[in-house]
Amino acid sequence: MKKLLLGNEAVARGLFEAGVRVASSYPGTPSTEITENAAKYDEIRCEWAPNEKVAAEVAAGACFAGARSFCGMKHVGLNVAADPFFTMSYIGVNGGMMLAVADDPGMHSSQNEQDSRNYAKAAKVPMLEPADSAECKEFTKLAYELSEKYDTPVVLRLTTRIAHSRSLVETGERDELPLKEYKKNPQKNVMLPAFAKGRHVFVEQRTQKLIELAESADFNRVEINDTSIGVIAAGDCYQYAKEALGDRASYLKLGMVYPLPEKLIKNFASKVDRLYVIEELDDFIEMHCRSIGLSPIGKELFPRCGEFSQKTVRELVLGESIDCVSLDSDIPVRPPVMCCGCPHRGLFYALKKLNVYVSGDIGCYTLGASAPLAMMDTCVCMGASVSALHGYNLARGAESEKKSVAVIGDSTFMHSGVTGLIDVAYNATDSVVIILDNSITGMTGHQQNPTTGYTIKGDPASAVDLESLCRAVGIDNVAVCDPYNLDETISVIREQLKKDGPSVVISRRPCALLKYVKHNPPFKVDGGRCIGCKLCMSIGCPAISIKDDKAEIDATQCVGCGVCKGLCKKGAICE
Amino acid sequence: MSNVKSVLIVGVGGQGTLLASRLLGNALLSKNYDVKVSEVHGMSQRGGSVVTYVKYGDSVSSPIIEQGEADLILSFEALEAARYLPFLKKGGKIIVNTQQIDPMPVVTGSAEYPDDILGKIKELGVAVISADALSLAEAAGSSKAVNVVLMGMLAKQTDIEKQVWLDTVKETVPPKFLDLNIKAFELGYAQ
Repeated sequence: MKKLLLGNEAVARGLFEAGVRVASSYPGTPSTEITENAAKYDEIRCEWAPNEKVAAEVAAGACFAGARSFCGMKHVGLNVAADPFFTMSYIGVNGGMMLAVADDPGMHSSQNEQDSRNYAKAAKVPMLEPADSAECKEFTKLAYELSEKYDTPVVLRLTTRIAHSRSLVETGERDELPLKEYKKNPQKNVMLPAFAKGRHVFVEQRTQKLIELAESADFNRVEINDTSIGVIAAGDCYQYAKEALGDRASYLKLGMVYPLPEKLIKNFASKVDRLYVIEELDDFIEMHCRSIGLSPIGKELFPRCGEFSQKTVRELVLGESIDCVSLDSDIPVRPPVMCCGCPHRGLFYALKKLNVYVSGDIGCYTLGASAPLAMMDTCVCMGASVSALHGYNLARGAESEKKSVAVIGDSTFMHSGVTGLIDVAYNATDSVVIILDNSITGMTGHQQNPTTGYTIKGDPASAVDLESLCRAVGIDNVAVCDPYNLDETISVIREQLKKDGPSVVISRRPCALLKYVKHNPPFKVDGGRCIGCKLCMSIGCPAISIKDDKAEIDATQCVGCGVCKGLCKKGAICE
Repeated sequence: MSNVKSVLIVGVGGQGTLLASRLLGNALLSKNYDVKVSEVHGMSQRGGSVVTYVKYGDSVSSPIIEQGEADLILSFEALEAARYLPFLKKGGKIIVNTQQIDPMPVVTGSAEYPDDILGKIKELGVAVISADALSLAEAAGSSKAVNVVLMGMLAKQTDIEKQVWLDTVKETVPPKFLDLNIKAFELGYAQ
């Protein structure tokens, strides 16, 4: 039966059909729905791990045990998982192992635009790249076959447009595979230098075999039409080229982007007049073509930054464009904002009042960097808020410790913030770390984490007690505040800033979008009392606007959090 | 690929554009088209400008819609109709909810919400079908049903039979909200 599946759902279906038994991931846009959908199959032991390194190691362990295993992540997650990833390349597999890595050209929801294909080459691990949901499923199953046949982990590379597009998928049955036998084999599985030397030789031989496979396997496909233009492309770029050029070009569609074939590419190049390599981000395929003596048109024409489309190909290859209409008037931008009732809003307002340096982190609260609150000084990667604050304070000394904080969400703290906090305690700066505990992983769309008390399947689980954890690593000053209560939040943080020794403030209030959170009735503005001072506007709530010099609250949006009420000096905001 | 039709669904994060694109995708699937629906997840969903692409025909390649390519734009909000107007194909139609939602630069006073957006779009010779979907949704029983009201308006402009749409609504929404959603769909369809 054909179903309209998201690329990520199709990968999950592929995991099911391939007989995968264990899946461990950390959520990250645009990869999250793979594991969320895998969790719907009872046959797959599925979990959210605290971070991608843990997840990849869990998958490695399951693979040692003889099960087909999976680990999914966004592109920057592979940075976190890189350590096990590189060495699992040497070890290879018992049960098949696949990692899915979702790149985000155009940075729809990411802090950088790194190209994961470079990781495949660096770790010498084969990488498949599907071009629609049907291939997402087929390539997932193929990955497990290749993994076991060639004794290697395999990476499935997705991009946002493949991961988050729905297209037709023919679903099949699950291949229920028994666990493979476990045999102790330290030469293969214990990477001491003496054993690893032998495995490195194996890896180089494996790559040669995979190149031979790439020369003739049907996942790399030649389509000959008009031969005046030849296009080498994979994934979404193949779709853009097909849409823009249709039968006016011939194609070499690559299903495996590492390792790349030599003869197949040379043979294709010899059949076409002008050869283009169309690829987003880095010149990965192009550089390979150059290394085998070809001179395709690539990054001299196509950008290295951002996302492509059929328009990119149409304009740059054909010099054609499509007319369109537009309005002359300026259209105000609509950036993402904190939701109505978001507990982060009150916290960032408190930080603004305290006028502190804010070492930021990755999550919904990164929106605290935007106007009108604009209270974030830095944001690097998951967990960096805590360790970078420690470094900032080491450099600037005691004075800075009284005027700086780190902000980090509950899930991000579990991911890699706690290690930074251990450094703060051990190497002793009087840093103030604020954990924004909204009881969920918010930005990626409400995933459970080790602090929430539930597993990915919604079953009850042990919950990390943040206060005890912070005390256990050596933080004696731990305080809790409710960010809906502005006065309390300001005074709690102010007190912690004054104290000697490192401290933690837990700003605790569940995400307003959680289904179990009960909302209060919306507030109204008493027009007789409102003097139009716009103080309530300073928190950037999307439900509040100014109409005819008075504040107005949109009753369809307001969830009655009361933060604006706490702000109004005239008592004009009422139930 | 000339027989591929493109529908752009735009709105503000949180308005329910994803459910709308899912409904449309499922309705098209039951007509045996090749279908691609490209969605937006993650950060821009938080009250930002969101766009979903729905394409169908004999064979669809690219999942995204570019400037000048959309046969139909379904806009959940007036300003978003103006923002995505360049994506409309010559001779294409815009279906728009007249509701205005101020973006943050307007809320903070650093920008103004343009006047008479729909009038200006019509002056360019573009066919505009508009309704106050929020009021219609409230009449159906919930302001949250704006998306289904708009799907009703869209359904009227497609060549898919009404019954196919009603069946798709039944299959896609939770049973306890079915009556509400059918009512919302009918109110939109009557526009």
